[in-house]
Amino acid sequence: MTTSDVRINEAGTEANRPLLEIRDLAITFNTSNGEMNAVRNAHLTIMPGETVAIVGESGSGKSTTALAAIGLLPSNGRVSGGQILLEGEDISHAPEKRMIELRGNTIGMVPQDPMSNLNPVWKIGYQVKETLRANGRPGGPDDIAKVLSEAGLPDAHRRAKQYPHEFSGGMRQRALIAIGLSCQPRLLIADEPTSALDVTVQRQILDHLEGMTSELGTAVLLITHDLGLAAERADKVVVMYRGQVVESGPSLELLQNPQHPYTKRLVESAPSLASRRIQVAKEQGVEATDLLAPASEEAAADNVLQIQDLRKVYKLRQGFGKSSDFAAVDGVSFDVKRGTTTAIVGESGSGKSTVAKMVLQLEKPTEGRILFDGVDTSVLKPAELFKFRRRVQPIFQDPYGSLDPMYNIFRTIEEPLRTHKVGNKASREKKVRELLDQVALPQSTMQRYPNELSGGQRQRVAIARALALDPEVIICDEAVSALDVLVQAQVLNLLADLQSNLGLTYLFITHDLAVVRQIADHVCVMEKGRLVETGTTDEVFESPQQDYTKALLNAIPGAKLMLPPQVA
Amino acid sequence: MIRFILRRLLQVIPVFLGTTLLVYFMVFALPGDPIRALFGDRPPSEAVIAALRRQYNLDQPFWVQYGLFLKNLFTFNLGVDFTGQPIAATLGRVFPVTVMLALEALVIQAVFGIGFGLIAGLRKGRIFDSTVLLASLVVIAIPIFVLGFVLQLVFGVYLGWAKPTVGTDVSWGTLLLPAFALALVSFAYVLRLTRASVIENSTADYVRTATAKGLSRPRVVMAHILRNSMIPVVTYLGASLGGLMGGAIVTEGIFNVPGVGQKLYQAILRSEGPTVVAIVSVLVLVFVVANLLVDLLYAWLDPRIRYEK
Repeated sequence: MTTSDVRINEAGTEANRPLLEIRDLAITFNTSNGEMNAVRNAHLTIMPGETVAIVGESGSGKSTTALAAIGLLPSNGRVSGGQILLEGEDISHAPEKRMIELRGNTIGMVPQDPMSNLNPVWKIGYQVKETLRANGRPGGPDDIAKVLSEAGLPDAHRRAKQYPHEFSGGMRQRALIAIGLSCQPRLLIADEPTSALDVTVQRQILDHLEGMTSELGTAVLLITHDLGLAAERADKVVVMYRGQVVESGPSLELLQNPQHPYTKRLVESAPSLASRRIQVAKEQGVEATDLLAPASEEAAADNVLQIQDLRKVYKLRQGFGKSSDFAAVDGVSFDVKRGTTTAIVGESGSGKSTVAKMVLQLEKPTEGRILFDGVDTSVLKPAELFKFRRRVQPIFQDPYGSLDPMYNIFRTIEEPLRTHKVGNKASREKKVRELLDQVALPQSTMQRYPNELSGGQRQRVAIARALALDPEVIICDEAVSALDVLVQAQVLNLLADLQSNLGLTYLFITHDLAVVRQIADHVCVMEKGRLVETGTTDEVFESPQQDYTKALLNAIPGAKLMLPPQVA
Repeated sequence: MIRFILRRLLQVIPVFLGTTLLVYFMVFALPGDPIRALFGDRPPSEAVIAALRRQYNLDQPFWVQYGLFLKNLFTFNLGVDFTGQPIAATLGRVFPVTVMLALEALVIQAVFGIGFGLIAGLRKGRIFDSTVLLASLVVIAIPIFVLGFVLQLVFGVYLGWAKPTVGTDVSWGTLLLPAFALALVSFAYVLRLTRASVIENSTADYVRTATAKGLSRPRVVMAHILRNSMIPVVTYLGASLGGLMGGAIVTEGIFNVPGVGQKLYQAILRSEGPTVVAIVSVLVLVFVVANLLVDLLYAWLDPRIRYEK
C-alpha cells in the first residue's frame, strides 16, 4: 500500500529481479529563478512484463521521472540524486553512447502528442526504417510493413509511403506505437499515449497496446493524468504529487482504499470514476428552473434555444476546379430549456463544434433555423445581432489561446462591457470586481496578465468575461477539456453554482462523457454530423439505445471499475 | 504540379511587359539628349544628329520606340548600342561573368551561413554562438561598398592573397574575393535564419522522439534538426539569388569585374534605352525563374505544401 511495500527485496534472484528500479530519484532543473527540484525521493519498481502507471496532474513530475529513465531530460534538467537501475545497471549518469544503445532496443517510448511527435517532412515508412536500422535490424519494405501492420495499421505497404499529415490522429499514434515497439524493447515508456485522442479511438489503441505488450512480454511504464485509465490498465499505480511519490500499490486496492489525502482527492474528482455520482449541476439546475417558473407559466414555451433541421455543408476542393459537398452538420434538431444544461457529445469530426459556431452566429447554417427566444436568428439585422451577442456568450476550450496576452485581466473582462457601452468607467470597474468575486478570483488579479495565471485561473477569467454582459445562454465549447482533473472539478462546480444563482442556460460541447454525467440535464449524441440519440442524462447513461452511444460509454476509462460508495 | 508550373510561367508575360515598359519609360524620361552627350564638347552638325536619331528611332514617339523594341525582342534582334556593338553580343559577354559571380557568392553564403548557423544553433548561448552573432551583426551593419574596399585592401593589397581587381582575367579563382564580398551581407542573414530555425527545431517533439528511437546524435541532427530547419533557409537563398545578381553593380564596380552591373551602370549614364532594358529584362527573367524554383523546392522540402494539381 505504501511506498516501502513496493520496494524490492535487495537480494532478488535472477527470476524476480526487477526490470527497472528507481531509488530515491531526485531531478533538478536550472531555471532563471535558480534551481528547482522537480522530483524528490521517487521510488518505483517494474518487474518484467508488468504494467505500472504513474498518475498525477501536470507539473507533478511524472513525465520528468519517465524521461529520466530513458535519458531524455531537457537540457536544463539533471539527475541530482538517487539511482535508476535497469536490470541492476545504474543508468542515471550513463554516458550518451550507452543510452543510444539502450534506446529503441531495450527501452522504447510512445510519446504523448501524435500530432507533433512524427517528423512532418519524412514518410512514415522512413521513420520506422531509421528506427530499425539504428538498432541493427533489417529495414526493408516488408519489415516496415510488418511493424506497422502489427500496430494495427491496415494496408501497411501503402501507408508507409504516406506522410504524417495524411494520417489521422489515431493512425499517427498507431505509427508511434509501431516505432516504439519496432525493436521489441523490454520496457516501453508510454507518456499519455492517448490523451490527445477521442475516447473510442483511445480505447482501441490502448487495447491494441495491451495486446502487443503482453504478447511480447514488454513491461510498460504508463504515464497518465487519468486515474480511471491507470487503474484499468496497470497492475500497479504510483501516485505523484509535487515531485514526490505520495502513494503506490496494486491498482484496485489503491483506488478503493486511498490513504494519502491527495490520492483521496484525486479519486473523488476523477470524472471517469464519478459516473455514479450525484449530479451537482442537475439538482441545482432543477432548482433554477423552479425559481424562474413564475416568470413563464408554460414550460413548453420555455425553450430558450430551438434548433430545427440544422444543416451545414462545406465545399471540399478537389482540384481541377471541382469540389464535393461535405455535410459537417446534417439535419440536427433539438431544444434547450431555460436554466438547464444541454450537452452535445461526439468525437472529433462529429460536427458538435460546428453546431456551437452556428448557434453563436459565427457560421451561417446552409439550411435549417436557430430560434432564440422564439425569434429566428438568421433574419437578425446587424443591430439586432449585436444585441443577440450580448445575450449569448461563449467560453472556449483553450484558456491559453482565448485570452489576449497583451490585455491585463481587467481589460479582458471589461472589453465586452465597453464594446456594448455599458455604464461608465467607475461602474464598469465595480462590475469587474463583482465578476472576479463570482468566479472566486482575488480582485488583485485585475492587474495581472494571462501568462501569470494557471490554466484553471485563466478559464475562470474566461468565465468572468462571458458573464460580464449578464447573458442568458453560455456556450461552453470544450470549456474544461484542457484542465487537470482537480481544476476541472472546481470549474465544473463553479459553473453549476453560477447556473443556480443566475439562472443560466448552458450548451455544453464536449467529447468527454464523464464530464457530461456531472453537469448535463440533457444529452445530444452526435456522430458524423447527425444526431443519433437524445434524452435526459439519466436515460442516455442508464439505457443507451444506439450502438454508437454504447461504444462511447464503454470507452470511458475505468467505467467498469466498481467503487465503494463512500468514495463520493 | 505541371499546371502550377505552366500557370506560373504564364504569369511571367504580364510581369515582363510591365517591367520593360516601366524601365523603358524611365530611361526615356531621363533629362538630356543621349546623342549630344555622345559627342561631349564638340557638337556635330545637325544633319549628323538627325541621322543618328533616325538610326536609333529616337525621333519617334515613346510608344513607337517601345513597340519597335518589343518587335525586335521577339525576333531576337536586340539591335546595336550607341558604340555600334550588337547588344546581344554584349549580353552574351557580361551575363556569364555575373552568373559566375552570383553562383559563387550563393555557394559561399549557403555553405558558411548554414554551417555556422547550425553550430551556433546547437550551441545556443555559448561562446561560439555569441561571437558569430555579434560578427554577423557587424557585417549586416556595414554597407557593402565599405566591406568591399576593406576586403580589397586587406586581401588584395596588404596580404596579396588575391588580385585586387579582376579586369579581363575572369575565372572562378579571381572572382573569389568579389564573390566573398557579395556574399557577406546575405551570409549574415542566412546564418541568423539557420540559427533561429535550428534552435526552434531542436526542442521539437519529433526530435526528442527521434532520440528516443535510439538514433545517434549526428543522425538526429542531420535528418531531423537540419533537414527541417532548411525549409525557411532555402526559401531565402533562392530569393537572394536575384538580389545577388542585381547587387553585383556595386561589387563589380569595386573589383572592376566586367559583368552585368558594370555594363548596366555605363548604359544608364549614357541613357542607352535599349541596352538598359535588355539587361533589366534578363534580370527580371532570372528573378521570376528563381522564385518559381524556390516555390517548387519549398514543396519538395515540406511535403505538407501541395500546389494545385
